[in-house]
Amino acid sequence: MDFGDFLLSNLQQFWNLTGFHNATWRHFVMLAVGLFFIWLAIKKNFEPMLLVPIGFGMLIGNIPFDTTAGLEVGIYEEGSVLNILYNGVSAGWYPPLIFLGIGAMTDFSALIANPKLMLIGAAAQFGIFGAYMVALLLGFAPDQAGAIAIIGGADGPTAIFLSSKLAPNLMGAIAVSAYSYMALVPVIQPPIMRLFTTKKERLIKMKPARAVSQNEKIIFPIVGLLLTCFVVPSGIPLLGMLFFGNLLRECGVCNRLAKTASNALTDIVTILLGMTVGASTQASEFLTPQTVGIFALGFMAFIIASSSGVLFVKLFNLVLPKSKKINPLIGNAGVSAVPMSARISNNLGLEYDPSNYLLMHAMGPNVAGVIGSAVAAGVLLGFLA
Amino acid sequence: MKQKLMLLLLAVAVGAAAISAQSRRNLRINEVMVQNDSNFVDDYGHHTAWIELFNTTHAPLNIASVFLTNNRATLDENLSSKERKAMMYAVPLGDVLTKIPKRQHVVFWADGRPTLGTFHTNFTLQPGQDNWIAIFDGDGHTLIDSVTVPATLGPDQSFARIEDGVDSEDGVKLGIEAWEIRDDSEGLPVTPSSNNKIRETNDKIDMFAEKDKNGVAMAIMAMGIVFSALLLLCICFYIISKIGERVSSRNKTKTLSSSETEIHVEKGHDSGEEIAAIAMALHEHLNAHDSENTVLTINKVKRAYSPWSSKIYGLRQLPQK
Repeated sequence: MDFGDFLLSNLQQFWNLTGFHNATWRHFVMLAVGLFFIWLAIKKNFEPMLLVPIGFGMLIGNIPFDTTAGLEVGIYEEGSVLNILYNGVSAGWYPPLIFLGIGAMTDFSALIANPKLMLIGAAAQFGIFGAYMVALLLGFAPDQAGAIAIIGGADGPTAIFLSSKLAPNLMGAIAVSAYSYMALVPVIQPPIMRLFTTKKERLIKMKPARAVSQNEKIIFPIVGLLLTCFVVPSGIPLLGMLFFGNLLRECGVCNRLAKTASNALTDIVTILLGMTVGASTQASEFLTPQTVGIFALGFMAFIIASSSGVLFVKLFNLVLPKSKKINPLIGNAGVSAVPMSARISNNLGLEYDPSNYLLMHAMGPNVAGVIGSAVAAGVLLGFLA
Repeated sequence: MKQKLMLLLLAVAVGAAAISAQSRRNLRINEVMVQNDSNFVDDYGHHTAWIELFNTTHAPLNIASVFLTNNRATLDENLSSKERKAMMYAVPLGDVLTKIPKRQHVVFWADGRPTLGTFHTNFTLQPGQDNWIAIFDGDGHTLIDSVTVPATLGPDQSFARIEDGVDSEDGVKLGIEAWEIRDDSEGLPVTPSSNNKIRETNDKIDMFAEKDKNGVAMAIMAMGIVFSALLLLCICFYIISKIGERVSSRNKTKTLSSSETEIHVEKGHDSGEEIAAIAMALHEHLNAHDSENTVLTINKVKRAYSPWSSKIYGLRQLPQK
């Protein structure tokens, strides 16, 4: 082999490794989706903390390369850096860490002051099981149907946690679908809320919540953990971390830990989780007819969940005295998606009555939704794992 | 302080030891072959009797320093630990292979030749007679599991648990009913170092796929559970809030009745210090800002003159002509 041939053969080999040589139309579709997510986050300000890491992760995960070359760079190649970071998703330990942060950030006062709002959080979980039924009809196996249906809980970490246990092969699609719809809550929910409520109902003014004592706030995470986990032990990873984070916040003697959990730790895990979930959407694994089905089911689950929250409040109002009626506009907040869905309740309330601030009332079902979706995930895990 | 630290360390050590001991007690004898004529061969190509152990936990289990024996004399309570240990085969320390992964197996060769490796015991099993086999914890006293292999066990037949590691049903000890004789025929496979009951699918999922095709049962059960969990929490906090309200109203009444001083309200200009004092008193006694993480800070604002902070010295001066 002369020098010219040597150069040519090496350049040929190098060309075979490049993205240009290995690209397929699927890669370009996924790269476009990634760019769309980044655009949504930056230009439309839709959940930028989630969509920027996910969108950029999609770009990282969909750079075409020769998977047979053994370069150990792909997210699914054992030992690669991305694969090591992805372990937190595949083994399901990022979501509980996020829940620790959520617990440390969340003020459960609205819920403690008005405990009946917890039932709205429970009712909104019907979206999960409605989607489960439809997924079975579409031919998904029960474990896959359960993993897809959890999108209706509108809780990204819960969706990732459950899908990593029940249907790891669908996790990328489920996670992206869950986060996409969470980002689209301001678009999806208001029409549903308007559809199921009358103008009179939207004007209902609720009594301001009573002040909650520090002792009650400290008791809440302890009793909450014991009660919910005794009923659903399979929810321990999520509920345990959620209530632990909340105790750190409320006990008043662990401020440094609470601050770390709610700021630095959550930020770190969000970056890693978002980026690796995005990178897990490799075109070859992601662009399948199943993914389309998952997105459709996720959308439906979201609609059912939001509707059932609103309708439950209307039903609940039938048995409540006139002075204690609940504004059904806070029903949508039962789907978790904290605090976006509570903000939507507030905005819509203000649209009809500029003096009707529903934010604090909506935070009750909103955080109850977080607990409810974690319990629902525990139930599905208990039945199907 | 030192005493407290020592107590804490002691508690942690005891806890860790208890956890380790507890997990080793989940080790089970899973399958035994006494007369191996043409079955599984060891690393040296020999057909010898074997004992399969199973880690029933969902965590790796290191069985180093666990004891294996076929000598019933080890049950004698009068023997010292040292005497017992001398009658048994100790699984050696320092071999990475003694760590059994979760829900996995390890096979010991009962060939009486421990020099051949970690998994070769110092005793043999006798065909044609009952063989009692036991595993003891590292103390040599605590019996982890034992089984009596019947004398009727033929050549190349194994005595195996029907389900891996299962020795009870609904909390009731099954004893010998948990075992069966296997002759490697259809449906009764001899399975050294693999599962006695081979599962190809998840039973739970199959059951749901068969009995709950449209998902209604799952929806009813799961929604029922979610509602009950949150309803329980709701009731609990309703009760707690009622108790809280009563306690706070009782405290308020007490405070009001104990204060006999008349309060004279004088209209006039309140200084900043007075307002701050009232705010602090309210915060202290009524816990008025309880729902906020409020820190009241009162600082005197000093605006003392200094050329270093004076604006005019910071401005660019035009050069004088």
